[in-house]
Amino acid sequence: MFTSNTPENKKEMLAKIGVSSVSELFASLPEGLRYPVLNLPEALTEAALSRHVRELAAKNKPLLNFIGAGCEEHFIPAAVNALSSRGEFLTAYTPYQAEASQGTLQTIYEFQSCICELFDMDVCSASHYDGATALAEACAACLRINGKSTVLYSAGLHPHYKTVLKTYLKHVPGLKLEEIPLKDGVTDVHALKEKLTEQASCFAAATPNFLGQLEPMDEISSAVHGAGALLVSVVHPLSLGVLQTPGQYGADFAVAEGQSLGNAMNFGGPGLGLFTCKKEYVRQMPGRIVGVAKDKDGQRAFVLTLQAREQHIRRERAASNICSNEALCALNAVIYLTLLGPQGIKEVAQLNLERAHQLKDLLRAAGHKVEFEGPFFNEFVLRLNAPAKTAVKKLAKKGIGAGFDLGRVRKEWADLLLVCATETKTKEDLCAYVNALEGFVYGK
Amino acid sequence: MENKLSIEKSVPGRRGVRVETPKGAPQAYLPAGCLRKRAPRLPEMSELDAVRHFTNLSRKNYCLDSHFYPLGSCTMKYNPKAYDVLSVLEPFAQAHPFAPEEAVQGTLEMLYELQEMLKEITGLAAFTLQPAAGAHGELTGILTARAYFDARKDKKRTEVIVPDTAHGTNPATSHMAGYTVVNIASGPDGCVDKTALKNALSERTAVVMLTVPNTVGLFEKDIREIADMVHAAGALLYMDGANFNALIGVAKPADFGVDLMHLNLHKTFAAPHGGGGPGSGPVGAAAHVAPYLPKPLVEKKNGKFTLNGKMPKSLGKMKAFYGNAAVCVRAYCYLRQFDGTTLKNIAENAVLNANYVRVCLKDAFPAYFDAPCMHECVLTIQKDKMNGVHTTDVAKRLLDFGFYAPTIYFPLIVPEAIMIEPTETENKESLDAFILALKRIFEEAVSQPQTVHDAPHSQPVKRIDEVSAAREPNLRW
Repeated sequence: MFTSNTPENKKEMLAKIGVSSVSELFASLPEGLRYPVLNLPEALTEAALSRHVRELAAKNKPLLNFIGAGCEEHFIPAAVNALSSRGEFLTAYTPYQAEASQGTLQTIYEFQSCICELFDMDVCSASHYDGATALAEACAACLRINGKSTVLYSAGLHPHYKTVLKTYLKHVPGLKLEEIPLKDGVTDVHALKEKLTEQASCFAAATPNFLGQLEPMDEISSAVHGAGALLVSVVHPLSLGVLQTPGQYGADFAVAEGQSLGNAMNFGGPGLGLFTCKKEYVRQMPGRIVGVAKDKDGQRAFVLTLQAREQHIRRERAASNICSNEALCALNAVIYLTLLGPQGIKEVAQLNLERAHQLKDLLRAAGHKVEFEGPFFNEFVLRLNAPAKTAVKKLAKKGIGAGFDLGRVRKEWADLLLVCATETKTKEDLCAYVNALEGFVYGK
Repeated sequence: MENKLSIEKSVPGRRGVRVETPKGAPQAYLPAGCLRKRAPRLPEMSELDAVRHFTNLSRKNYCLDSHFYPLGSCTMKYNPKAYDVLSVLEPFAQAHPFAPEEAVQGTLEMLYELQEMLKEITGLAAFTLQPAAGAHGELTGILTARAYFDARKDKKRTEVIVPDTAHGTNPATSHMAGYTVVNIASGPDGCVDKTALKNALSERTAVVMLTVPNTVGLFEKDIREIADMVHAAGALLYMDGANFNALIGVAKPADFGVDLMHLNLHKTFAAPHGGGGPGSGPVGAAAHVAPYLPKPLVEKKNGKFTLNGKMPKSLGKMKAFYGNAAVCVRAYCYLRQFDGTTLKNIAENAVLNANYVRVCLKDAFPAYFDAPCMHECVLTIQKDKMNGVHTTDVAKRLLDFGFYAPTIYFPLIVPEAIMIEPTETENKESLDAFILALKRIFEEAVSQPQTVHDAPHSQPVKRIDEVSAAREPNLRW
């Protein structure tokens, strides 16, 4: 498949090379190891493949989805995929030859600009693998910047982000990773202050946190900076249409999962790691960055820049080993933000707020108990009268994704259900959800 | 050519997409202290303005669909259009990573079958699809090795041996995983110098990282012996599979004695490169290291597919969710279009094309190591004949002839390196046209070098002064 050398072509080419068969070109491979038996399924034509893969896809069941927990369903305008699936973007690679890659380079520059504006941060990289790896790389950057040895993080971080953070950092010599507990669904600032010793390099917290609650970032920021440590904030990019920005509360690094900006859920991958920081830390920022340059006529052009940080130049002294990132997902994000504009992003964020709060009110009216009283964006926690696991199972049978069973994180959270409602949900959807959850009212 | 930024075309009040009008102000739900103060400076454009803006930007790119893209080490093969359609099917796109497993059986089955096919092709015992890119796969592999040694309480192994031909990611990865990098020089034939390796191996060696075929485009002919040396020292052999396009269907890395390796689904397995991702970098492991792979793995139990996170020896997690599933669909589709006998056609045609280019160019741009190559050839320039024309100039001039440039100045051990990887999907006519262009450029360098020095002449911008960008970085509007 997909090769186009005819037997005649091959003959000519082999003659030119001066060998009699293609297998001669593999003579440097140990002889006994060449051409092993491969037990693979039969080859499919495009037509048969199309039918087969559609049947496979149909084994996924559509859900009326109220699951968030780090990956959310949002509306994606058709123009996003129509543009990003153009072969000129899709089948190009890293813009090493800048003169023949100005399209990709300018879109990355515009992406960096839009994200900086949305976050109120100084600089942004061309993208990371996902929110979790961006967080880990940000904490690693903090360790390099201040040479201290303790990374503090809030218990309110996404549990998978915590695992990735530990996996990435556990081999740093002398490192201490410490979790700051929650109180009433948000970081216990008093406990944080006690742990902010001289050795504290940084504190990482998510807002909204994994329980959907907004963290008291002003208070956290002054505590962290007062102790001479750095603040790493994990944000929800879409929420920043209305919520306080990391720039406002003085985050040194702000990272995020950017899937909510124009990218489908795709079972969680590819994600889009967003990585921003204050400009004084740009040389510790891992990953590709696009900047403005001039061509020899003095015309504006775009190039990959500050490459002295990167692995292909610095090898073992590089800030990170990252090279391929999630460029196409970043392109989706910048097209999405360009289509929405400042007013649109605000309205979509408002709609998320509105839907989630409507759902909370409807559930309360039906007698449900909402676990935390603090401010939230589009996700909140319900306490049920039975394990959340049971509710998830029961609603799945009705074609509803009930939410995330928090019992998967902690045993004592077994009856807690994390529920997300985005702008995609109508009033009817919300009512259908409340009805489906009827038998699970806490106290009944 | 017009090169305005979107923000420079912005007109207050224009909208590209209308959403429902929210009923209440944010203050109705949140305390004032939680709210954003200043609106972000995002472009305001109509949908048509935005469509035209990005369409016109796309036209400033060379890409595989329009141009031969012989970027060495990147395997820019054709990305079949059927997979563009199949990878975005609604049920795949709408699958939530925390959906009840009965609602995502299609995705899980696809991932499981892909794992199984990769195991068969490489001969390795287990595969994880979790890593998001090649470098991410490397880090996964090296951390897997680390978890293996930690479990054996073998704490004295602190070094990773890397040949000087390695991709920069190999030493950078080893450093990220907390290892000291030991570089070894290659032999005069471009392959690993066994004496250098022997001298570097010790009880401190954790892993030897080899790219196979290596980055000068040659197969490590002593691979079996090397594997034995590595294992005798108690270390593990890691294979960087970025160049697996040369071997697919022709040999199984497990047979070489490889313990761990990564594959690049966006190279060998026909997923598009997307201007720099998303990729996918699955990691395969031999049975003795498989328990240390990141969790979870997809398993099949009683005819149902499930994510098994119960892996007590696992190194942890490399990414929030299980892999770049949308990229995996494409690799799955690709492999389903081959069978056990046709798979080798990929490697055979890739190797044939690379050798053809190498031989046809020997008078203008000779190969640095004069031997049959695998899937790519590494050429150099004839300094004495080319009037100060450098590899960069040749690369820029190629753009004028309608070709993207090869990888240049890599590997580092080859002076003025030009690394050409044609891939199996190019036909003889496109190779001939490319060869002719390079011969012309050679002649130009001899007779009218200024034309080459001043290239490109045909692009939206002239030669860019890259240093000007780093002097006073302008990284956003």
